[in-house]
Amino acid sequence: MDSLLNLLGGLLLVAGASFLFLGGLGLVRMPDVFNRIQAGTKATTLGTLLGLAGFACLRPEWGLKLLLIGLVTLFTNPISSQVLARAAHRTRVEMTLNTTVDRLAEDTGEEA
Amino acid sequence: MTKARDLTTLFATLFLFWLLLNGSLAPDVLAIGLVVALLIAILFRGSLAVLSEFRATPLAIVTAVGYLIYFLKALLQSNLQLARIVLSPSLPLTPGIVKVRTRLQSRMGRMLLANSITLTPGTLTVELNGEWLYIHWVTVESADIEAATASIVSGFERYIEVMYG
Repeated sequence: MDSLLNLLGGLLLVAGASFLFLGGLGLVRMPDVFNRIQAGTKATTLGTLLGLAGFACLRPEWGLKLLLIGLVTLFTNPISSQVLARAAHRTRVEMTLNTTVDRLAEDTGEEA
Repeated sequence: MTKARDLTTLFATLFLFWLLLNGSLAPDVLAIGLVVALLIAILFRGSLAVLSEFRATPLAIVTAVGYLIYFLKALLQSNLQLARIVLSPSLPLTPGIVKVRTRLQSRMGRMLLANSITLTPGTLTVELNGEWLYIHWVTVESADIEAATASIVSGFERYIEVMYG
């Protein structure tokens, strides 16, 4: 039972780390701020949650605290990303050239 | 929802969090927790709507579980989609910002919706303005308001509507 939990915990940690790595790769490869934020938010949220789940398997007695950390992550991560994206758009950070449509700029009249 | 009930819910939740974090029932830990939780509950009763606006009916609780499962599935999908995009040499993106509309009325419901959208495949909430949300979409499928709403918002709205209205 113990070794099974250890194995599961290890696998979860590796999975979490892989998603975090992909998020990092996304930060480098994506063409503009908005796409980078997209890559960053999703990967860090899932990566962190999987990591916490992994720790919970390795150290079951930490479970409740890890659960709280997970909840806080789940609520705060998307909010910070949204605020970053809004700030970027308000200060008119350039979007990548193949951007197809920008309804927000149309509605706020920022651009002609 | 009365003020007294808001206060009690808030206090009970804060105190529960405190107990979870401490993992101890020693008298001094309990005393500090009681005082601090009560202070926070009194000072911030108006601003912690996560708890006070939740409709604590059995249906809402069942829906909350369904929502959580739906949400985690979406989070996993969004990461797989992202991995596919980031790992493909051509970087297949057609980004754009689309406008969608929500039926949700409560502040909390809208906040939860915006957060959920940010964590689901290829979408990121950029701006909220009343019932309108502006969504950055990595692969814009449709710039039409109705079609974008159906594909981005509707899935979550079904659940959140029951929980917060």
